[in-house]
Amino acid sequence: MRVYDVDLTSRLLLGTAQYPSPAILTEAIRVSGCEVITVSLRRETADGSGAGFWDTLSETGARILPNTAGCHSGQEAVTTAHMAREVFGTNWIKLEVIGHGDSLQPDVFGLVEAARILCAEGFAVFPYTTDDLVVGDKLLAAGCEVLMPWGAPIGSGQGLRNPDALRSMRAHFPDTPLIVDAGIGRPSDACQAMELGVDAVLLNTAVAKAGNPVTMARAMADAINAGRAGWDAGPMERRDMAVPSTPVLGLAGLT
Amino acid sequence: MKISVNSEPREITGATLADALDELGFPGAALATALNGAFVPRIDRGATLLKEGDRLEVLAPMQGG
Repeated sequence: MRVYDVDLTSRLLLGTAQYPSPAILTEAIRVSGCEVITVSLRRETADGSGAGFWDTLSETGARILPNTAGCHSGQEAVTTAHMAREVFGTNWIKLEVIGHGDSLQPDVFGLVEAARILCAEGFAVFPYTTDDLVVGDKLLAAGCEVLMPWGAPIGSGQGLRNPDALRSMRAHFPDTPLIVDAGIGRPSDACQAMELGVDAVLLNTAVAKAGNPVTMARAMADAINAGRAGWDAGPMERRDMAVPSTPVLGLAGLT
Repeated sequence: MKISVNSEPREITGATLADALDELGFPGAALATALNGAFVPRIDRGATLLKEGDRLEVLAPMQGG
């Protein structure tokens, strides 16, 4: 997969929150082969918790995708992106502008406006968006080269709420990298997304809150690889009725 | 002067943002600053004067999804 002129081997992107320990986070990244991890900016504490986390991140060797999680306006998100670029030394930004408190649904109007500003400033914007085709068109017109539609609300683990919409996005944006971001709960959800032809999956809670996050990270990576291979192979068409798979010709006359 | 640092009231003597950061003693170099809601790049901290009542935000890398 190629995004913003960077070739990625792994199609799994991981969030870094809610793991039982930094060691488990690091191990989950390692066993899954994940090459991109997303991180936030928050208020630094007097004991330097952010500095310690920065050391953990650096040791993973993964590419950092800073995010604007928690921003509820385009202006907040733009300011956060500026701060993230300085701290993390990257122009990559996962752009989140939250519009609804309960569902954490993106404010797509603020998102498009913030994307326009940041793309013009040279950021490589990864917009967390809905599965709306028109919004997708506007994000691409704003300068985004990748789209990150939600599968279900953040942290819900519901799996894909609207697979048909993702299928439509794949058809409408055949050449744009699509990364399903949010809502994945189980490996089968990730596999389903990949079978629909999306290019990658970004998830966090499904791994971090699993009984065994390291095993789940590996399971997610395997499911994503299987789903991608299924898409590449071209699944058969569904049929309404049974069709015998064993030849009828040559069937013994035993009645 | 009294300013707000990450929403906590703090008394500082330094005149500039760079001075204030030294004085506040945040460990680690991976910090970004915003003054009254506007990003202040690292390179500008030495020339950014503080005034009574300013709201300073000091952010650092944190777990996120």
